[in-house]
Amino acid sequence: MNFLDYTLEELHDKLVSKELTAVDLVEASYKRIEETDEQVGAFLALSKEEALQAARETDEKGIDPNNVLSGLPVGIKDNILTKGVTTTASSKMLEDFVPIYDATATEKLKEAGMISVGKLNMDEFAMGGSTENSAFKLTRNPWDLSKVPGGSSGGSAAAVAAGQVPVSLGSDTGGSVREPAAFTGLVGVKPTYGRVSRYGLIAFGSSLDQIGPFTRTVKDNALVLNAISGHDPKDSTSYSGETPDFTDGIDKGVKGLRIGVPKEYFNEDAKETGVIESVRNALKLYEELGAEIVEVSLPHSRYGIPAYYIIASSEASSNLQRFDGIRYGYRSENVSSLEDIYVNSRSEGFGLEVKRRIMLGTFSLSSGFYDAHFKKAAQARTLIRNDFDTVFEDVDVLVAPTTTTTAFEIGGKIDDPLAMYMSDILTVPVNLAGVPSLSIPCGFSNDMPVGMQIISNHFDEQMMYRVAYAFEKETDFHKKKPAFKGGE
Amino acid sequence: MAINEETVKQVAKLAKLEIGEEDILTFTKEMDSIIEMVEQLEGLDTEGIEGTYHGLNEHNVWREDKAENGTDREDLFKNVKTHKDGYIEVPAMFDNGGSEA
Repeated sequence: MNFLDYTLEELHDKLVSKELTAVDLVEASYKRIEETDEQVGAFLALSKEEALQAARETDEKGIDPNNVLSGLPVGIKDNILTKGVTTTASSKMLEDFVPIYDATATEKLKEAGMISVGKLNMDEFAMGGSTENSAFKLTRNPWDLSKVPGGSSGGSAAAVAAGQVPVSLGSDTGGSVREPAAFTGLVGVKPTYGRVSRYGLIAFGSSLDQIGPFTRTVKDNALVLNAISGHDPKDSTSYSGETPDFTDGIDKGVKGLRIGVPKEYFNEDAKETGVIESVRNALKLYEELGAEIVEVSLPHSRYGIPAYYIIASSEASSNLQRFDGIRYGYRSENVSSLEDIYVNSRSEGFGLEVKRRIMLGTFSLSSGFYDAHFKKAAQARTLIRNDFDTVFEDVDVLVAPTTTTTAFEIGGKIDDPLAMYMSDILTVPVNLAGVPSLSIPCGFSNDMPVGMQIISNHFDEQMMYRVAYAFEKETDFHKKKPAFKGGE
Repeated sequence: MAINEETVKQVAKLAKLEIGEEDILTFTKEMDSIIEMVEQLEGLDTEGIEGTYHGLNEHNVWREDKAENGTDREDLFKNVKTHKDGYIEVPAMFDNGGSEA
């Protein structure tokens, strides 16, 4: 039993016909984890007893034939709270933290009948693009074990790519779902800001963070987003409008649609030409399918990285003040005063990248720099947002590469923070604007998967899924399986 | 240089972090190149542009003023390192506070 061979609907049919039970699926997941996770390193913690108990209950109750997710295993990024199951955000700061409640997204998956098998590795507090910033372990890319799986949701991506679980949840503040999805040949979605409740998501950049699913196919992804979306009284920034069925109209095709190609996202001098080539081939296919391809401009794109790093780090420096060594989290043993608790617990509990971001954020918010940094970045954000609003008056979706390169070598960028930041160049504008975006596999370059980003207007995820589905139907990139080659 | 070691030390103090003497040079260099990068924004004309500070343009989200049960007190203490008599226990706040850490 390998999850790479089936869609969620196919697994559901097997459960309904009783060819398989929920216990079979959970056991298959743990078996696959046992076989592959020594190489891949996706999971931080397994909740085997709870998962098998939940599976047995599901089997006893019977599978709900109208609920496609019922009885299916799922993996959850370790910054999304799971009641009673250690949740660390891959930080020493939260090494022994056991949440006393579920995140709304976790709760909604449980309500839909999904069974969480464990928690997935990530960059500490979701800060990074390679999962190398985890305080606990290295996660490797199943396509080539010498390469990173992307980040920060690298464990979530690697687990689905390795066939350990059919679905996982990640979070995306500046590309942390889409980049790892691109690097591991998966479908990954950053929903519109506000679509999914952030309650119980360990806060990083609160005006940017969104939870989103990793799956192998477009429709699977829409089905999971259906389950986790919706207004939540516990998150005042969650959207109070309607949640449509994201699979509605998914099969309408692209005939007559206008696809915008933002010229700033196609750097023709790029070192790895295979990425842009793959996306250009996809655009040709869209044209053959009857879409109109229009070149557009998002003129403020180049300010995305500086604006993002100021805003996200400022919000992080404020959000991470709560880690004071007092109420929960790591407390230094080396203390003789209250001040020591704060300073020593934070200095010993946070990793290097987290400290860098807190420092940058504190600096950007400090008097004397607030206007030139934080305020200026907020103004740049308005201009970036306006760029998207303007092009969406003219086109239905935007199509671009998700990343400038395919997955890079482990150790390749970790000593150069700036180079690591620049790898987010094509993903951060979407978070600043708040629009939804999906990454879908669209080809291979240097034998590694290439991701294509499909961006639609605020709360128009249906259009994004429809355009992605039209591509997936005509291609077989999503059916390719990783080789588990290389490594040590 | 956009910043120097002194600024780094000052910012660390504000952020309740300690950067070790042996790391301060590397840290300053890295921070300096990051700050130089974000200061590319100087080249952008933002005259008269209102800033965006939220992900969603919703304001004043109200709920009914209705009493609801909060989180169980015992649960809230589950992740506290040391507590006593229903309070979180911390070392003495003052040098001569008289109680052990």
